[in-house]
Amino acid sequence: MDLRDLYQDIIVDHNRNPRNFRTIAGAVRLAEGYNPLCGDKLVVYAQVVDGRVEDVSFVGSGCAISTASASLMTEAVKGKTVAEAEALFTDMHELLTGKSVGDPERLGKLAALAGVKDYPARVKCATLSWHTLNAALHGEQTPVRTE
Amino acid sequence: MTALPSAAFPDAFDVARVRRDFPILDQAIHGRPLVYLDNAATAQKPRAVLEAMDHYYRESNANVHRGVHTLSERATALYEGGRDRARAFLNARAREEIIFVRGTTEAINLVAQSYARPRLKPGDEILITHLEHHSNTVPWQMVCEQTGARLKVVPITPDGALDLEAFERLLGPRTRIFAVAHVSNALGTVNPIAELTARARAAGAMVLIDGAQGVPHCAVDVQALDCDFYAFSAHKLYGPTGIGVLYGRREVLEAMPPWQGGGDMIRTVRFEGSTWNDLPYKFEAGTPAIAEAVGLGAALDYVDRIGLDAIARHEAALLSYALERLREIDGLRFIGSAPQRASVVSFVVEGVHPHDLGTILDHAGVAIRAGHHCAMPVMDFYGVPATARASLACYNTTADIDALVAALQGARDLFGGRG
Repeated sequence: MDLRDLYQDIIVDHNRNPRNFRTIAGAVRLAEGYNPLCGDKLVVYAQVVDGRVEDVSFVGSGCAISTASASLMTEAVKGKTVAEAEALFTDMHELLTGKSVGDPERLGKLAALAGVKDYPARVKCATLSWHTLNAALHGEQTPVRTE
Repeated sequence: MTALPSAAFPDAFDVARVRRDFPILDQAIHGRPLVYLDNAATAQKPRAVLEAMDHYYRESNANVHRGVHTLSERATALYEGGRDRARAFLNARAREEIIFVRGTTEAINLVAQSYARPRLKPGDEILITHLEHHSNTVPWQMVCEQTGARLKVVPITPDGALDLEAFERLLGPRTRIFAVAHVSNALGTVNPIAELTARARAAGAMVLIDGAQGVPHCAVDVQALDCDFYAFSAHKLYGPTGIGVLYGRREVLEAMPPWQGGGDMIRTVRFEGSTWNDLPYKFEAGTPAIAEAVGLGAALDYVDRIGLDAIARHEAALLSYALERLREIDGLRFIGSAPQRASVVSFVVEGVHPHDLGTILDHAGVAIRAGHHCAMPVMDFYGVPATARASLACYNTTADIDALVAALQGARDLFGGRG
């Protein structure tokens, strides 16, 4: 197992310079995600217009896996319909837990996170932002926790 | 426990020989020699402990205090032998003052529920410190909820030492219990427990010392300390998991009701009411961890053989070397730098989250702890979600520290540095 399979350049880059790392003002859906075990904490903002994710962002602090996963997620779901975003969530979950993904092409840059499946203790880091986005899209009030 | 200069490694301490006593150390992790620096979480076990437990199961296994057959008598003698070793180790007056529990956590819960809960009233205060492990915080919060007592917390100074002036202020006529760590698991701070105990006892408070991180590094004499309770776990002292010791002053334990009911803790059982066994059995309901008590005894013998003073000198020299070497790493910030500290180093590295450090170091064979160390209030104090922690034991070497430093440089390189 090579460490570079986990910490690919794209992961390191998105950790150092997370994309869409900001809040969104106005009428947005947001949810808070927290992993009490490692202290990773983030808020995901989503602006949904006519069933489409017009804008999405996040703020918070976490490890490289959780930060890069959140950053890549915002890039991936921006402009997608809510249904498409949910399908991506399902694909990501399968990718990260080592199950075969229906259509790997669809994942694009997100596939860089595939190495996480070999690190069971780190899977929760990569899924935190996705669970949080899901909660934001569904208007759940309780903070999301992965541990 | 002041660190010695790195040149002053004690000659008498043969670390290579000590390492040979720990079979687990002789293995590769991700193709690199294992460097085990997570000793504050749990220490590795010497062959003497493994063999004592193995022999017990192969030759003497039976339930204790019950049978008249040979194996039961043997098992009872071995189990009680562990207690005698623990009494000697803590220099308790009597073996009746040594209660076997699952570990430090259970010991503190026992005192909270059996000593504190029946006695505390609204207006009473329990004093703890900002350095405590969750296991010396939460049981007291629970008892406060149950009784209406209030929890007070001694603050810490920026270097991670207790604020002794604040301690004096907070200690008052309402303080019924003062519970304090001997050594902080998150920062390594060694608290002045003799002085604290004397002050708290003079103020009329009962004193409990959480010795989980204390016993691996310093000799403890409960009579000299004059504390009411002292608790520790075997597994941090080269013994097995699942067993620990609650020392309690005899007259205090006598006055406490049992905590758990069951076999072995009773004298007579009638449906109209039961009577309790004598100390220490009153607090040991059910079949105890017999093999683990045997393992604890073997661990204490092992520590005695090497010498706790020699171990402490070795660790202090190694800590000094580690602090010196870790300063070489750009962007590394120590979390906690109290003048009196045990061989625990907590730190963060700019641009690399502790959990990433944990994974990256593991690839270099280096096992450290990353997280909040069950001390969230300490993390909050320093404004960090987590730290990386390297903690040393008798079998660690300067080569282990060199491997840690090299792996940390590697992590910096992988993440491209920052700033």
